[in-house]
Amino acid sequence: MNTFEFVRPATVAEAVAAASAPGAAYHAAGTNLLDLMKGGVARPTRLVDVNRLPGLDRIEHAPDGGVRVGALVRNADLAHDPAFSRRFPAVAEALLSGASAQLRNAATVGGNLLQRTRCAYFYDTASACNKRQPGAGCDARGGENRLHAVLGWSGSCIATHPSDFCVPLVALGATVEIEGKAGWRDVPLVDFHRLPGLAPERETVLETGDLVVAVRLPAEAARFAAHARYLKVRERTSYAFAVVSAAAALRMEGDRIAEARIALGGVALKPWRAHDAEAALAGARPDAATFRRAAEAALAGAEPSGDNAFKIELARRIVARALAMAFAGTPERVPALPASPFAPVPGASIHV
Amino acid sequence: MGLSIALTVNGAPHRVELEDPRVTLLDLLRERLHLTGTKKGCDRGQCGACTVLLDGRRTNACLALAAAHDGADVLTIEGLAGGGGELHPVQAAFIAHDALQCGFCTPGQVMSAVGLIAEGHAGSDPERVREGMSGNLCRCGAYAGITEAVLDAQGRMAGRGEAA
Repeated sequence: MNTFEFVRPATVAEAVAAASAPGAAYHAAGTNLLDLMKGGVARPTRLVDVNRLPGLDRIEHAPDGGVRVGALVRNADLAHDPAFSRRFPAVAEALLSGASAQLRNAATVGGNLLQRTRCAYFYDTASACNKRQPGAGCDARGGENRLHAVLGWSGSCIATHPSDFCVPLVALGATVEIEGKAGWRDVPLVDFHRLPGLAPERETVLETGDLVVAVRLPAEAARFAAHARYLKVRERTSYAFAVVSAAAALRMEGDRIAEARIALGGVALKPWRAHDAEAALAGARPDAATFRRAAEAALAGAEPSGDNAFKIELARRIVARALAMAFAGTPERVPALPASPFAPVPGASIHV
Repeated sequence: MGLSIALTVNGAPHRVELEDPRVTLLDLLRERLHLTGTKKGCDRGQCGACTVLLDGRRTNACLALAAAHDGADVLTIEGLAGGGGELHPVQAAFIAHDALQCGFCTPGQVMSAVGLIAEGHAGSDPERVREGMSGNLCRCGAYAGITEAVLDAQGRMAGRGEAA
């Protein structure tokens, strides 16, 4: 690890000023950043510690049903906030399906949005990686790439974004609040992460010094609470990143779907909102054929980036299954194995 | 660059001068305070051997920069047993249920179990205990005994009205 200057600003304005210097990085829990620094992947020369900034650790429930979650709220505290998990159960389930209890006790909302890809070639400083070193090339292409992207990738980068939390957030229309040198602004989460294109080193819309201060969910997102699930296929039962995941949320009116929300994880360099699949569900009957049609629409543009063609069909089945689970109803309590495909679903195939 | 931090470790106050900001809480405990019960396994947040209670919450000490935890209260495996050497119920249950073989992961497992019981989300469901303990790897494969030990200790602590 290279050495660095450690600064502890007392206000957001001080933090933004301190982080505007070249080589500076924000530090919250450090659960991803410290790991990257130990491996020499991230080499900040100044860490701006945001842990003591006032007012960023609150969950504020609005009377209209929306919520504002401060960037320093820890993953575990958000998932176990009773009002939050009741209104946004798929978000709580996604949070509890990620990492381990120790990491969830430390990791923050802001840090989750800004965590880096787990592409092994990004982590290995002996490999070529356009994200780590622009112009170096991409050893993932032609390498071990069965877990890489099938949507939105480019010749420069085929990595995926690893977040679970962001998947239901993007499905439910979350907004990111940012403080920067030019003041405060809102960015829809769906526009926050960038696809790789020719510049995979630019991962988000954040500019130098910008600080994520909160994430908001609108009141309308709570209307899906009765039919909202997150489903995540992992290569082991627990404590693993998604091979493919999906958030599915339905608002029912009688025996028809009034409105649907779908997003996928593990398939692209950003949480992937599937608007076409949502449109295919509006006004439809909630049956297996409808769910499969939506799943086809969600993956319509997918292409393998290597030895990962299986992920496309896997993702279709995960979308269809997540929809069936959402239709069956949000469970009273987050299941023992959150988001696990091993839990039985009434009326659904056991095959993923 | 000098940084001075205050920590309460196992009930005792410490002031530690950090000449280097790179020091993790794990390295501080082991190298500066000579509390070597907290183990360095992967040092990357993957194995759980370094689990301690940081302000009452189980955390990977290897991924916590000491400089960011000025004023924190830390409980390590060394601080768990009673003053007279009486084992904590979780420690006693690990012995009773043969919940270890080589013992390297055990301090982290025990601290994680204490944290899990304090969180109170697992109840008596072995599946929830296994899921809640999934951040602690045991390469000897003592998982069956670990789950039994956690459930047993939790039951005994509930009977005595203890939270941790």
